[in-house]
Amino acid sequence: MKRLLQAVLVLLLVSLALFVMLRIVPGNPVAVLMGEHANEATIERLTAELGLDQPIHVQFFRYLGGAIRGDFGTSYSLGKPVSQLMGAAFVNTLLLALAAALFAWIVGGLCGLLAAIRKNSIPDRLFMGFSLLGISMPVFMVAMILQYVFGYWLHWLPISGVSDWRSFILPAIALGWNSAGSIARLVRSTLADTLEDDYIDTARAKGLSETAVIWRHALRNTMLPTVTMMALQLSGLLSGAVITETVFSINGIGRLAVQAINGRDIPLLQGTVLFATALVIFGNLIADLLYKVLDPRTRREVKE
Amino acid sequence: MDEKLLEIEDLCVEFPTEKGKIRPVDRVSLEIRTGTITGLVGESGCGKSMTARAVMNLIKKPGKMTGGRILLEGRDLGQMGAKERRLLQGREISMIFQDPMSSLNPVMKAGKQVDEVIRLHEGTDAGEARRRTIEMFAAVGIPDPERRYDAYPHELSGGLRQRVMIAMAMICKPKLLIADEPTTALDVTVEAQILELMEKLREGGTSILLISHNLGVIARMCEDVYVMYAGKIVEHAEIGTLFADPAHPYTKGLLRAVTSLQEETALLETIPGNVPQLYELPQGCRFSNRCAFATERCRADEPALRDLGGRECACFLEDRA
Amino acid sequence: MKDALRRMIRANKLSLVSLIVIFLLILFSILAPWLTPYGEADMDLMHRLSPPSAEHLLGTDEAGRDVLTRLLYGSRVSLMVGIVPTLLSMVIGAVLGVTAGYLGGAVDSIIMRLADIVLAFPSMLLAMVIMYTLGDGLFNVFLTLTLMNWGTVARIARAETLKLKTIDYVEAARSIGMSKGRIIMRHILPNCIPTLIVLFTLNVPSAILTESALSFLGLGIQPPSASWGLMVNTGRQYLFNAPWLSFAPSGAIMLAVLSFNFLGDGLRDAIDPRLRRR
Repeated sequence: MKRLLQAVLVLLLVSLALFVMLRIVPGNPVAVLMGEHANEATIERLTAELGLDQPIHVQFFRYLGGAIRGDFGTSYSLGKPVSQLMGAAFVNTLLLALAAALFAWIVGGLCGLLAAIRKNSIPDRLFMGFSLLGISMPVFMVAMILQYVFGYWLHWLPISGVSDWRSFILPAIALGWNSAGSIARLVRSTLADTLEDDYIDTARAKGLSETAVIWRHALRNTMLPTVTMMALQLSGLLSGAVITETVFSINGIGRLAVQAINGRDIPLLQGTVLFATALVIFGNLIADLLYKVLDPRTRREVKE
Repeated sequence: MDEKLLEIEDLCVEFPTEKGKIRPVDRVSLEIRTGTITGLVGESGCGKSMTARAVMNLIKKPGKMTGGRILLEGRDLGQMGAKERRLLQGREISMIFQDPMSSLNPVMKAGKQVDEVIRLHEGTDAGEARRRTIEMFAAVGIPDPERRYDAYPHELSGGLRQRVMIAMAMICKPKLLIADEPTTALDVTVEAQILELMEKLREGGTSILLISHNLGVIARMCEDVYVMYAGKIVEHAEIGTLFADPAHPYTKGLLRAVTSLQEETALLETIPGNVPQLYELPQGCRFSNRCAFATERCRADEPALRDLGGRECACFLEDRA
Repeated sequence: MKDALRRMIRANKLSLVSLIVIFLLILFSILAPWLTPYGEADMDLMHRLSPPSAEHLLGTDEAGRDVLTRLLYGSRVSLMVGIVPTLLSMVIGAVLGVTAGYLGGAVDSIIMRLADIVLAFPSMLLAMVIMYTLGDGLFNVFLTLTLMNWGTVARIARAETLKLKTIDYVEAARSIGMSKGRIIMRHILPNCIPTLIVLFTLNVPSAILTESALSFLGLGIQPPSASWGLMVNTGRQYLFNAPWLSFAPSGAIMLAVLSFNFLGDGLRDAIDPRLRRR
């Protein structure tokens, strides 16, 4: 409950910070919007209509009130309600992020697992070198390599746009690539540390096979730090989605934010960034709760 | 009752380090007779835990057993297949560790960790395993065993955790229990209860190898005692003989220290100097740099463990006696 | 520190290699005018989009400019963007973090709430908003990256301070009446430095990546200055007929980021293994 309140407070502060940042841009956004040959009267009328002549705190609370009811204003450049635009985009971003997370967890998790079991072996060195390469590649580079190889060269998968589920394969790999690298590294180091713990010796002394020791005793303890990582990944995934959606022309939240900037569209920018940030904040909250479920030590206090 | 349950012959364990190979266990031989409690005593780092870990095949990499044999009722553990040897553990030999908190999996219910053993070795189904675990909990003196079955380790006190460990070790009625400093992490009253419990286990037919740095515990529990110093057995005798008439100067020092309350500091007073590092052992007898009676010969040659009629000692000074 | 460096090099040969690569990258960026016969903006419209050859090792771009030359000049911007704002954010973050940790109370709450706000945003979106507010250009990229990164540094410096605060010599210094400022400068900050150095090496690559992503989206460095990210941005239109235009600068980014990551990894293992969990 306390964490929930904290999350709401941070979200409130974030929206305030965002609001202020976007209001200190020089120039009247309406004037920018209307272009050079708009007359004074129209600009004034529109400014009043949009409430932009009000003091900033009035504007902020009006915006906040709307946002709670799901009204983020109207996009200047696309002329539609921001909430409607985001709704459609959110589905694409969600699908993309889920597919990317799935890719990252399966590939990264497996590599980390194999590396930890055979620490300092050749596969270990190979995977770890590869994962460092993975986290060092800019998202757009991975995306373009995939486009070039699987789209242009081999013709296996669509280069860009969204037609069916196959259109999500390359973007998901591009977006999940970095995360896969960091997950592999984290799983490796945590699992390797866990395998040194005393209770692992206890499990071995029971006569359990090495496979059972790892699956039943080590992996659950390895999950704990990785869950925290998952929350951090969410923020990274949304950042990466901006690039991935742009490269693959997917209409998602990230691409919408880029369009908003290019169209100097403050309501749209504000809406998308606020929405994405809210996702991250509540993602962290959920990770916290999940951690509590996984680790009995945080569930109840020690009773001596 | 003079059957040999466990025989360790010339056991060597080696670890490669930056400063060259070290041997934390150097040609150690010992025997445990069926139905007895045998003590293995020495300061921390002397290799006593490593000896136990070698029996359980738990030596951490990159260390490994490089020589000697370990026989359980005449069967050579080293000659067994990996699976055969693994399945021996938990069923015929089991082990309890020093720190009962870190030795239990923190995210698994205590009961589950115990019934895992019978489910593995006896193929017992879940309901039956639960019933037997609760029975075992009661037998090792865990009050309210039904409720404790579903408790997580952090919800139990140190004494209860060690009882859970003992329940886990005993549930398949093993022939040999290796107890590595089982009471070191516990307070004195709990220590007494745990020792009493182990005494009961022995009466039930389990032989025990009790590893401790605490001579008080050894004196109370064991029939036969081995004294270890810097990777070697330096003295072996029956408990009465050892306490009444210690032969090795190191044992003498240990015994003088035990009469004091603060054992660790007393040990420093009675035996000056430190345990030598394994990569810079003194020439000759390993104890020669701390021994008040050391002679030229002690600093040149290493004394072997020799039979002195019902007891063994590795010291040149015993020649004259 | 010297010991740690030696330890790192002994334990991890790759970190030595990466140190050399970083050194070479910096050297090349400084010596760019002497390393290439072409000028940064020399156009050769007869040889547009020509593939890598003996004259143009990495080919030419849509205006017939030598890609390798632009890469060398671009490294000036990209490396500077990696290092300068990271350094600034380290200083600001360390001071704020140590102050928050040492003083506690309201100061602590205010500073840490600010850090919370900065860290709550997905970093790319925050960068975009700040760039939008400030307008594009090199100086604003510096400012943006500094504003984005001080939060993490502050959190870590604060945690370190809370730990150091209870250590005997700090308590002793307090008991003999040393002023807060002096304790912070003399005892707390110097002890945070190893951790901060590791953090620095790990933050440089992320700054390089953020700048490249911003420039890739057209929100960062503006032409005619060249940065690696910007080169990818323009090269992307020719991905299928002149792939070297995007892949050469991408590769350069990867090389720089990889080297800093390797170095950071080695340093962390040698200096402060606890950081690994972050």
